Amino acid sequence: MDLAAQLPLIWAGILAVAVAFYVILDGFDLGIGMLFPFAKDDSERDRMLASIAPFWDGNETWLVLGGGGLLVAFPRAYSIIMPAFYLPLIVMLLALVLRGVTFEFRGNAQRKPFWNAVFAGASTLACFCQGIVLGGLVQGIKIENGAFAGGPFDWATPFGLVCGLGVVAGYALLGATWLMMKTDGDMARRAAAQAKVLLLAVLVFMAAVSIFTPLAFPRIAQRWFTLPNLYYLLPVPILTGLVALAEWRWIETRREVAPFLATIALFLLGYLGLVISTFPYIVPPDLTIREAAAAPSSQTFMLVGTLVLLPVILGYTALTYWLFRGKVGERAAYH
Amino acid sequence: MELDPVLLSRLQFAFTISFHIIFPSFTIGLAAYLATLEVLWGWTGAERYKRLAAFWTKIFAVSFAMGVVSGVVLSYQIGTNWSRFSAVAGNVIGPLLGYEVLTAFFLEATFLSVLLFGGDRVPRWLHVFSGVAVACGTTLSAFWILAANSWMQTPAGYTLQAGIVYPLDWFAIIFNPSFPYRFAHMINASFLTAAFVVLAVGARYLLARRHVEEARTMLRMAILLTAVLAPLQLIIGDQHGLNTLAHQPTKIAAMEAHWDGSTPGNFEIFAWPDEKTESNLFSISIPHGSSLVLTHQWDGLFPGLKDVPPQIRPPLKNVFFGFRIMLAIGLYMIAAALFGAWLLWRGRLFETRWYLAIVSHTWWAGFVAVTAGWVVTECGRQPWVVEGVLRTVDSASPVPAASVATTLVLFVLIYLVVFSFGIYFINRLIVRCPQDAQLGEAAPPRLAAGHPSFES
Repeated sequence: MDLAAQLPLIWAGILAVAVAFYVILDGFDLGIGMLFPFAKDDSERDRMLASIAPFWDGNETWLVLGGGGLLVAFPRAYSIIMPAFYLPLIVMLLALVLRGVTFEFRGNAQRKPFWNAVFAGASTLACFCQGIVLGGLVQGIKIENGAFAGGPFDWATPFGLVCGLGVVAGYALLGATWLMMKTDGDMARRAAAQAKVLLLAVLVFMAAVSIFTPLAFPRIAQRWFTLPNLYYLLPVPILTGLVALAEWRWIETRREVAPFLATIALFLLGYLGLVISTFPYIVPPDLTIREAAAAPSSQTFMLVGTLVLLPVILGYTALTYWLFRGKVGERAAYH
Repeated sequence: MELDPVLLSRLQFAFTISFHIIFPSFTIGLAAYLATLEVLWGWTGAERYKRLAAFWTKIFAVSFAMGVVSGVVLSYQIGTNWSRFSAVAGNVIGPLLGYEVLTAFFLEATFLSVLLFGGDRVPRWLHVFSGVAVACGTTLSAFWILAANSWMQTPAGYTLQAGIVYPLDWFAIIFNPSFPYRFAHMINASFLTAAFVVLAVGARYLLARRHVEEARTMLRMAILLTAVLAPLQLIIGDQHGLNTLAHQPTKIAAMEAHWDGSTPGNFEIFAWPDEKTESNLFSISIPHGSSLVLTHQWDGLFPGLKDVPPQIRPPLKNVFFGFRIMLAIGLYMIAAALFGAWLLWRGRLFETRWYLAIVSHTWWAGFVAVTAGWVVTECGRQPWVVEGVLRTVDSASPVPAASVATTLVLFVLIYLVVFSFGIYFINRLIVRCPQDAQLGEAAPPRLAAGHPSFES
């Protein structure tokens, strides 16, 4: 097998993994931001922040890897996607700026309500923008002569807005189940109640996207509803349903870790569904993974480093999650 | 009024990258200082090193957070605002940025968490190791980003096919002609920036007769470092200039406001370069000064601005005045460092209050010099974004001017808010430190408070 010919596929895989890591990891800490207004008081908010403070910076680095990876492996796709979502991307970045500095500023500030509002608002806005970009990408981008040729508001469709809300609900669910795992007592109980509502919302949004996309885009209908594809792909929705049922049950029985893992599984299944719908396009409906690929020399040069460095990164990322394991409430008792 | 989207994108990028560079230029040097303190603590066990490390780690954390979030923005702006640049140069620039993420960003983020929140959860060796890891991360980050920037200044190891850059030799790409000089110059600048902040804070405490032991340690360390690095920076800068003369002579001509390449160059101490008359007004100059520095000969010749047509000359005043600001601050740093070292040697450093008063007010020296230096090198490359390969006007995204204008306004507003609060909180960390006894605080940071600097 010719390695050079497989490079675009390998890179698409690496990028997909990086995006999945980003969505799950930054997802839960962005979700905490959205749950901020629903906390009882500032000491609860302190605990919420403490549960994510050691992780958020590393989590957000996956976003840079996702964007950087796209530039590395598929510069043509990068040069089309970025201007196509100019406004939602810049607004997302600004929201992430405000949210990121809140981690440092809020602790030093006297006026906590102001920074609470900044943290909640900016987190929500960033999630919503990410959903908009996702929806816009599924809808497709207008390309002429290898460059973006659409308008500045092409992403502003009902479908895009639904995707925006879907990501908001999904990240909030990750956040709520994270809190079920990292806190106890009253906080964990409230997080469980929030998780139930959010799980229902997420399922509604997943269903809406699953029904709407095949109806609106023949290429997606053809992917899912022709034989024999249907047989191979049927496990995806079935598994999604089973995971959702199990998660509901685990939230009701107040399991600590299982709901968070189930939310991750839901995300991965939804993500898999989107990949199935769009493959082999990296910018639907025109640009495929192969067409967008960087020079083989660039992809190889980066692949070598990635294969060595990514396991190391995963290693020390795991180390921090292990170091800062356990519930945050336990240590609050010391002070 | 017709808005020009390229000009707006240039303004936007100039603004966001200038804002960003302030923080890494401080944190690269400060990370090395923290690592030194951690190692000294691990080695000697002296508590003052631990207290100093804890104090500076808090300031590092605020600066680093602002550097991270403003850096994430840049990694996307290359696509949102400069998509044609990424399509043309992505094959080379992409992997260099990719390696920065993989070798540096994760390393910094992860081990900074251990430094900030590790407290008593981690053994001392891991604490020391984390300090070193963060310093390695910031330096590696500078390595890759300066490789990318230097390649845009002096591209090498590539070929052009149908207007797209293809890599030929990665070693030649990374170690392109200007890279070693730019890397050395920037790392050294970053060390100096941090050292002048440490110097200022130490002087401030000593003048107020607070934290005398820590203040003296800070002053001693900063003086010894700057006494070596500040003069060294002049030598590195000189070599960097000679390298620029060889590869980007027009940039040098703009730095010196040297018009006529057939005559020797004077060094303009002050002048108002006038593009219309192609001459320098109000000039105060050292005759043959530039020729001496650049060619080591009294009558040495080097290319002038008139050697190239006006449309491919860089924006002259930015380059000319940026260079003078950088140079003036560099000379101040050398004077302050050497005089401080002399006072230290004579045993009078801690009593010479007028000297302490001056250095306590020049914490900004490095920040301004670094920013001015980047204005010189980036504006000096214009009209090219990749020298000789791609022009800036051909690099922008197909995005309407209104979008760029709107986001430019948002960037300015939000960054000004963030910047003001950042400076305010850093200053308060420095001022409040005694009352909170944070310097003397031996207890581990409390995790439940959300952040170790969460006090009051």
